[in-house]
Amino acid sequence: MKIQLNQIAHARSGDKGAHSNVGLMFKSKQLYEWAKSHITTDLVKVHFQSIAKGAIVRYEMDNLLALNFILGDSLGGGGSESLINDAQGKTHGQALLLMEVDLPDNLVQFVNKK
Amino acid sequence: MKDIIRIGNGQGFWGDSIDAPVRLAKDGPLDYLTLDYLAEVTLSIMQRQKLKNPKAGFAHDFLDLIKRILPEISEKGLKVITNAGGVNPQSCRNELIQLAQSSDSDMKIGVIQGDDIFPTLAELRTKGVTFENMDTGDSFDSIADNVYSANVYINSITIAEALEKGAQIVLAGRVSDPGLALGPCIYEFGWNSDNYDLLAAGTLAGHITECGAQCTGGNYSRWQDVPDLAGVGYPIIEMQPNGEFCITKHDNSGGLVNRETIGEQVLYEMGDPNHYISPDVCVDFTSFKLNDLGHNKVAITNVAGLIPTDTYKVSISYFAGYKASGQLTISGPNAYEKAQLTAEIIWKRLKNSGVTYQDTSTEYLGLSSCHRDINPVPSQINEVVLRLGVKDANKDNVNRFGKEIAPVITSGPPGITGFSGGRPKAQEIVAYWPALIPKELVHTTVDVI
Repeated sequence: MKIQLNQIAHARSGDKGAHSNVGLMFKSKQLYEWAKSHITTDLVKVHFQSIAKGAIVRYEMDNLLALNFILGDSLGGGGSESLINDAQGKTHGQALLLMEVDLPDNLVQFVNKK
Repeated sequence: MKDIIRIGNGQGFWGDSIDAPVRLAKDGPLDYLTLDYLAEVTLSIMQRQKLKNPKAGFAHDFLDLIKRILPEISEKGLKVITNAGGVNPQSCRNELIQLAQSSDSDMKIGVIQGDDIFPTLAELRTKGVTFENMDTGDSFDSIADNVYSANVYINSITIAEALEKGAQIVLAGRVSDPGLALGPCIYEFGWNSDNYDLLAAGTLAGHITECGAQCTGGNYSRWQDVPDLAGVGYPIIEMQPNGEFCITKHDNSGGLVNRETIGEQVLYEMGDPNHYISPDVCVDFTSFKLNDLGHNKVAITNVAGLIPTDTYKVSISYFAGYKASGQLTISGPNAYEKAQLTAEIIWKRLKNSGVTYQDTSTEYLGLSSCHRDINPVPSQINEVVLRLGVKDANKDNVNRFGKEIAPVITSGPPGITGFSGGRPKAQEIVAYWPALIPKELVHTTVDVI
């Protein structure tokens, strides 16, 4: 089933110098295990191609059922030097939740209805 | 020793709610109130205020707050820990003493100093500290003549020491944000500086609460599930001597505390979760267990810490030129096409007048300014806000940009409004330069009177 990550995950983002980070957290172990093999740095790189000019790094946090992505050079310089509206990457979490993914049938039970 | 201490954070950043800390202090049990007033840029503003006036250079909002919670401090034993001292905690203390005397209160106030190394930068460089940019590796020489402030993120033992000496209010400058919460844990439970797991637990607790309501339902992905955000309760740590703790909020407050509101905030501004470096300890954020107890309470156990590094982080700010931004609202038929033409006109007129810039930006607010090509362009756009920005070393050039916004209302396409507040003026860019310093070169002092 085609869904938006918004229907199965939580996200929060902020700045790390000239980069931003996006934490992506899941409610169930099954969704997290699926995400570990499917939400790859390559996929995130393509999703953020118009925002992140640098490399994408991914960390796994099994204890929190979460992935942490660093989006390299994604803030127009970052901090007070940046001219862009979202100079701190505050909205990058919401941007990742817009990603469309193909969820296997056995995980459809975890999709948020609203 | 107490079985449990309650530490509430009432201020997540400079400019956060002025009522939240008052509600934390008055609406339920609380032992410690922590307040974070500093961002990187804040210290540079304070340093310049102090240059003009030797009595300035701290967070004035803090004095207004203390007036409102004086009874809780002097009668109920609430202790306050804050970095509101900025670059002039002594002066902040003097004002507090006057405030207490005028209310017939007697308060012991602790001052922590030694984080402000701005006056000794040259001396430290002769001792071999390079202050090379820790993110980019750039040489400090490139900014040496333009530095506004330099502050070390010092450890939390200093806070514990001030409490040990009887301080009811602890005034610091640049201690780490999580350290504001770790300090009272070290003091109350006698945690040792080499018990890394305990220090890591206090640091994680402080990390979760340091941004105020961001762990109690604010900025939450499932915002539809959060009751009464208008009356959102700010977070409270319930810490036990063994480092196990809960995050909660006052019973009668709005907002939400559950596994996901806490988990999202754990991830906030996270780099490598295996090595979260603070002045006190290195925390392994992949270690802990999180247990949602229901009723707005989440328990955290099994936090693992590692030996801290032998350097402190230094937050340096410096002058990096000028910038300005201006915006116009463009409405009606073909709003987006008209906004694009408007931008083209303004940039062409500036070019024709012979002005160029180091950097410019053109954004259409309301149309993917944040998420760019992640969103498809809608077929109908009824209005859009055009936001233009420039950056340059030349202040006159930046001010020239500000004069080119309004004319387009009468000399561009139709349906343009929203130009108010006068011409955008050149603002100084105060940029951030992170560096490291060996711990043995930093000398902190704690005095309580």
